[in-house]
Amino acid sequence: MNRSKRFAILAERDINKETYVEPWPEAGLAVADSPHDPRPSLRIEGGRVIEMDGKPRDQFDMLDVFIADHGLDLSVADQAMATPSLDLARMLVDINVPRAQVQRLAGGCTPAKLVDIVSHMNVLEMMMGLAKMRQRAAPANQAHVTNRRHHPALLAADAAEAALRGFAEIETTVGIARYAPFNALSILIGAQTGAGGALTQCSVEESLGLRLALKGLTSYAETLSVYGTERAFVDGDDTPWSKAFLAAAYASRGVKVRFTSGTGSEALMGHAEGCSMLYLEARCLMVTRGAGSQGVQNGSISCIALPESLPGGVRAVLAENLLAAMLGLEVASGNDALASHSPIRKTAKLMLQLIPGTDFITSGYSAVPRRDNLFGGGNFDAEDFDDWNILQRDMQLDAGLRPVSEHDALCVRRRAAQAVQAVFAELGLPTITDEEVEAAATGHSSDDMPARDVPADLAAADRFLNSPITMLDIARALQQRGFEDIAGHVLEMGRQRVAGDYLQPSAIFVSHRDGPARFQVRSAINTPNDYRGPGSGYRVAGARWDEIQRVPQARSPRDFIDGNIGQPLSTLREIGPAQVVTHPEVVVAVGPAFGVTLTRTIGGLAHDDVLAAILTGIAKEGLFGRVVKVYHSSDLAAIAHAGAQLSGSGIAIGLQSRGTAMIQKRGLPRLHNLELFPQSPSLTLQTYEQIGQNAARYARGMIVTPVPVQVDNWARLRLIVKTTLLHRRETEAVREQPPTELWFDWEPDV
Amino acid sequence: MQQRKYPLGQNAVEQIKAASGRPLAEITPDALQAGELDVADLQISAETLRAQAEIARQAGYVQLADNLTRAAELTAVPNDELLRMYEALRPGRCTYDQLIALAAQLEHTYAAPQTGRWVREAAEVYRRFGLLAQTDGA
Repeated sequence: MNRSKRFAILAERDINKETYVEPWPEAGLAVADSPHDPRPSLRIEGGRVIEMDGKPRDQFDMLDVFIADHGLDLSVADQAMATPSLDLARMLVDINVPRAQVQRLAGGCTPAKLVDIVSHMNVLEMMMGLAKMRQRAAPANQAHVTNRRHHPALLAADAAEAALRGFAEIETTVGIARYAPFNALSILIGAQTGAGGALTQCSVEESLGLRLALKGLTSYAETLSVYGTERAFVDGDDTPWSKAFLAAAYASRGVKVRFTSGTGSEALMGHAEGCSMLYLEARCLMVTRGAGSQGVQNGSISCIALPESLPGGVRAVLAENLLAAMLGLEVASGNDALASHSPIRKTAKLMLQLIPGTDFITSGYSAVPRRDNLFGGGNFDAEDFDDWNILQRDMQLDAGLRPVSEHDALCVRRRAAQAVQAVFAELGLPTITDEEVEAAATGHSSDDMPARDVPADLAAADRFLNSPITMLDIARALQQRGFEDIAGHVLEMGRQRVAGDYLQPSAIFVSHRDGPARFQVRSAINTPNDYRGPGSGYRVAGARWDEIQRVPQARSPRDFIDGNIGQPLSTLREIGPAQVVTHPEVVVAVGPAFGVTLTRTIGGLAHDDVLAAILTGIAKEGLFGRVVKVYHSSDLAAIAHAGAQLSGSGIAIGLQSRGTAMIQKRGLPRLHNLELFPQSPSLTLQTYEQIGQNAARYARGMIVTPVPVQVDNWARLRLIVKTTLLHRRETEAVREQPPTELWFDWEPDV
Repeated sequence: MQQRKYPLGQNAVEQIKAASGRPLAEITPDALQAGELDVADLQISAETLRAQAEIARQAGYVQLADNLTRAAELTAVPNDELLRMYEALRPGRCTYDQLIALAAQLEHTYAAPQTGRWVREAAEVYRRFGLLAQTDGA
C-alpha cells in the first residue's frame, strides 16, 4: 500500500506522541462507569450507617468505615439520598439554587451517589456547576518554584517574581531531600519580598514537611496524599486516621493544610480493585472532608496522562474538581503536571478550569523554565507567562496572574537574592556572592547561575534543620541586615499563624502593591462565592480589570502609523479636473490620502517610489501612465473603477495609500477585476513595476500572465491594527468631489 | 472572643493571644528589634484554634471544625512528641496496646480527649483491618 503523505504528516503531530487505550475496567482503566462500581445506597440505624453503596457494614473496608463515620453528614443523608441524582445535577446548574443548598445536600451523599449526580452532566454543565460551587469568591493561582541546582538566590528571586506576578501560593520541592530546609527558607524570603503575603510550602516526605512547618519555614502543606482504596492508602504509608492526625498537627502550629488526590493514582499503584477512577476519587474526597482538611488539590495531578489515555478522561477530571467543590472543599484544580505534547490539547483542557474559575486554577504553575522544574516539568511554564496574561485579557477573566514590567521584576528579584544572601551571612551559612545575586536577578534558569559547593551547602542544610533556628531568627536576621520590609512581612506571616484566619477554607492573603492594605485574608468565610448567574458573584471589573488590560505589550493606537505619515509629496501636484481621453494609456488612480496625509505604504515604501515603479512598468510597454486622484471613496474597487472610467484604454490601476492595488477594466462589474494585490505588505517596488507593465499589456490587448505575488499568511494577523488605522486615515480624506488630474514630477528611466 | 469576628487578625487584635500569652497587638517589628519575641510568641494558642473551630462550624464546615478542635488540643504537645505520635499512627507501626497507651497519654498528659478518642478509634479499626504491628518491638 502506498502511504498517504497526509497520514504520514499526521502521524508526526504532537497529538500522536500520546497513548490512547480502550477502557479495561478490571485494571482500573476506566474513568467512569466500571461494572464494578457500586450503585448508590444508604441505610442508617440508630445514628449509624449500616449499609453504604450496596455493602453492609460488616463488609466495609477501612475507607468505608471512615467515610460512614466521618465523611457523611447523617442529618441530611436521608434527604440527599432520596433526591433523584438528576434533580441534584440540575440544581448544580440552576442559578436559582444557591451554593449552600447544594453543598448541604452533597454532604449527605455517598461516593456512588456523588458519581451518579455528575454522570448526568456534560462538561459545559459541570463548568457552570464549578463556577457556582467554588468556595472563594475570586479565583487565584499557585506557583511552583524549583531549580536543578537548588540555588538559594535563584529560588528567592523566582519566588519574588512569582509573588509579584500574583501567585497566592508558592510551592517548592527538591531533587535531593537534604536541600529541603534551604529551599523552604529561600522561597519564604522571596515570597515575602515585595508586597508580601504569598503562602509557601515545600513538598517533601510527610515527617520532614512537618518539621519544616514547625520551624515556621512553610505556611501551608499540600501533599497529604489520600487514595480511594485501602491497599493504595496503606502503600502510601498512611491511614485516614493518621492523615487526619497529621492535618490536626499542622493546624496546631497554625499551618494551612490541603490534601492531595486525583484520578488514576490507584490504577497506577495497581490497587484500583476494578473500580472506575471517578468512583475512587469520590471516596478520596469524602476521606479528605472527613479528615477535616479544608481543601484538596485534585484533577489527576501527576497522573493526568492516565485518564487522558482513556475516553472521557478530561471530562472525568473536571468532574472530580466539581465533586470537591460540592463537598465544600477548596480546590487547587490540577493543570500542573505535563498533560499533553499538544499545545491545543493541553490548552483546551485548561479551559475547563480557567473559564469557571477555581480556588487555584493550577495546583502549581511552573514559574521557572521546564528544565528547572523538579515536579517533573510543568504544564505551563515561565515561558508562558505572557500567554496566560493575554488569555485573561482576551476573556476578561481572572486566572490569578497580573502583567508585570521588566523593571519591577528585576527589582524584586535582585532584592530577594540580596535578602537571602544577607540571611545566609547572618546565620553563618555558606556564602552567597554578589556575582550569584546578580546572576539570580537577571537569570532565567539555573544555567545562568555560578556553581556552588554542593557538599558544603548540604552539610549546612543538615545543621540548619537540626538547629533551633525558626522564622523568628530569619525575621531578626533580615532586620539586622537592613531588610526591614521583608523582616516585617516574615514577622507578619508569624502573626497570621497566631491569628489562624488562613486555616479557614480557601484562604489566601491579598496585598496591594501600591496601597497600605497588606495581608488581607480572603477565604470562603469572609469572601464566599455568591455566584447566582449573570450580574452576580465575582466579576472582573474596576482596578483588577485595569490591571489585566494593561499588558506591557499594549501600545497606544494613536502613534501606530506615525511611520506612514510624512511631508506631503512636493513631486505630486493637482492640476485640475480629470479628463476622459481616447488615446491608449493606463490610468493610475490613487486614494484620497495618497501623497498628502499618508506618504508611505504599510510596507514602508515611499509613495513617490511606488508611483515611479508603476509608471516605469507602463513605459516599458511603450504606453503613457496618467495619475489621477479619486476623492469620493477610500474603497479600492471604487477607486479602480473610477480610474477605468477615465482611462483611454479602459485599463486602470487602483492604488490605495496603504499600497493595496488592483488592475481594473472598464465594463467589468465593480467587484470584479483583472488582477488584485491584497497583500500590500508583501509588495515590492519590483512588483509594482510588474503591475504597471501588466496593466499596459492589457491596454495593448496582449496576452498577460498575472503578476506572481508572495503570500504571507500572517500579514493580516500582524498588521490588522495598522491596516485599520491607515484605512481610517484614507477614509477621513474622502470628499464629495470628482477625480482630479495629478502632475507627477518624474521622468521614466527607460 | 467566641463571637464571630472573622478575620480575627483584623477584628480581634486586642483579644487574640499567642501560645505564649503575648497579645497579637504586641507582636511587632519593634518588639522583634528589642529582642523581646520568643518562638512561642509566633505560635497559635488553643483558645484561638477553638475560636476558629467555632467560626468554621457556624459556617457549616463541621469536619474542619472538628479538626481544628483536635488541633487546639495538640498545641499542648511538644514538637518531637507530635512527630512521634504521627509516626505511631501510620500503618503497622504500633500494637493495639501501644495505640491505647498513646490515647491515654493524650487524654491524661495533654488533656486532649478528642484526639485521644480519635486514636482509640484508630486502634479498633487497625485491629479489624490488620494494620497493627505484629510485635511490641515496633
